Amino acid sequence: MSKNEWPLWEIFIRGQHGLNHRHVGSLHAPDAEMAIRNARDVYTRRNEGVSIWVVRSNDITASSPSEKGPLFEPSNSKVYRHPTFFDIPDEVGHM
Amino acid sequence: MTSTLQAVDGTIFAEWLQRVGDNSLILGHRVSEWCGHAPALEEDIALANTALDLIGQCQLWLGLAAEVEGKGRSADQLAFLRDAGGFRNLLLVERPNGDFAQTLMRQFLFDAWHIELLRALATSTDPRVAEIAAKAEKEVAYHLERSADLVIRLGDGSPESHARMDKALKSLWAYTGEMFLDDATDQAVAKAGIAPLPSTLKAAWEATVNAVLAEATLENPGQTWQHKGGKQGIHSEHLGFLLAEMQFLQRAYPGASW
Repeated sequence: MSKNEWPLWEIFIRGQHGLNHRHVGSLHAPDAEMAIRNARDVYTRRNEGVSIWVVRSNDITASSPSEKGPLFEPSNSKVYRHPTFFDIPDEVGHM
Repeated sequence: MTSTLQAVDGTIFAEWLQRVGDNSLILGHRVSEWCGHAPALEEDIALANTALDLIGQCQLWLGLAAEVEGKGRSADQLAFLRDAGGFRNLLLVERPNGDFAQTLMRQFLFDAWHIELLRALATSTDPRVAEIAAKAEKEVAYHLERSADLVIRLGDGSPESHARMDKALKSLWAYTGEMFLDDATDQAVAKAGIAPLPSTLKAAWEATVNAVLAEATLENPGQTWQHKGGKQGIHSEHLGFLLAEMQFLQRAYPGASW
């Protein structure tokens, strides 16, 4: 049975007001075209989206959780990288 | 054209509206029977969506039927308190679900007809009919896209899926002719400009069906003997069993709601 399973796809939906596609979940489908259809049926039932991207889960390369320390911790202590130390002239208005 | 329009009797108009509404109701209920049983989770949700679209359309059609009829009945009363002989749906939509091939083929043969009907109704002289049709057309365009795609994939799939689709096509074909039969009710609503004559939808339906069947490597069964009677309330035994389940709650607990 498991040999005949459809491959897994990751689904990204761009919402009504969003500019970018966001990961919403995953599903099974035999190919990309059906993955889009299935995503329409599974993830946009409540008027969530205006655009769908699908990508084979196998095609995603992920960072390793065991490397969390070296990858992310060095930036913990570098608050000066946040752009919060600038005085913004009043004329600029809201940014 | 407008000058030749003849007003239609309310009883006849209501009768015609029940035909359109009952097709959606009965097929919607049939498709909902798959809920929780479809071969894959994704198919299960897709079928439930289709069922909900159809039941939503039926609410609008039967709501208008009840209004035109003017006997104080509601869409719910029409759906849940009529007996089999009072239903006006095509025999095709009451066919049992069978295997997945039967369900998909029934859906495709109906969708290909449904879309042509709704497109023609968009120019109905009755604005209420045109409005419901315009809303339903978008839903049904997707139903057709999906069912045609699956008929092609399974027809042109493995030897087993091809054999099942072929069997489904042959067993359902005898129920397609009824979609294009014109009777006095159809003539009257057509003369009033409310709806097209069913026979005028046949060429477009055949074009869609022939193209999809060819791509699905399935053979069109051609001219065969055809069943009829559903539109006039003469149904197969399957409708009674369907209604027994669908209407149980309102029959056992009249007026129950939540």
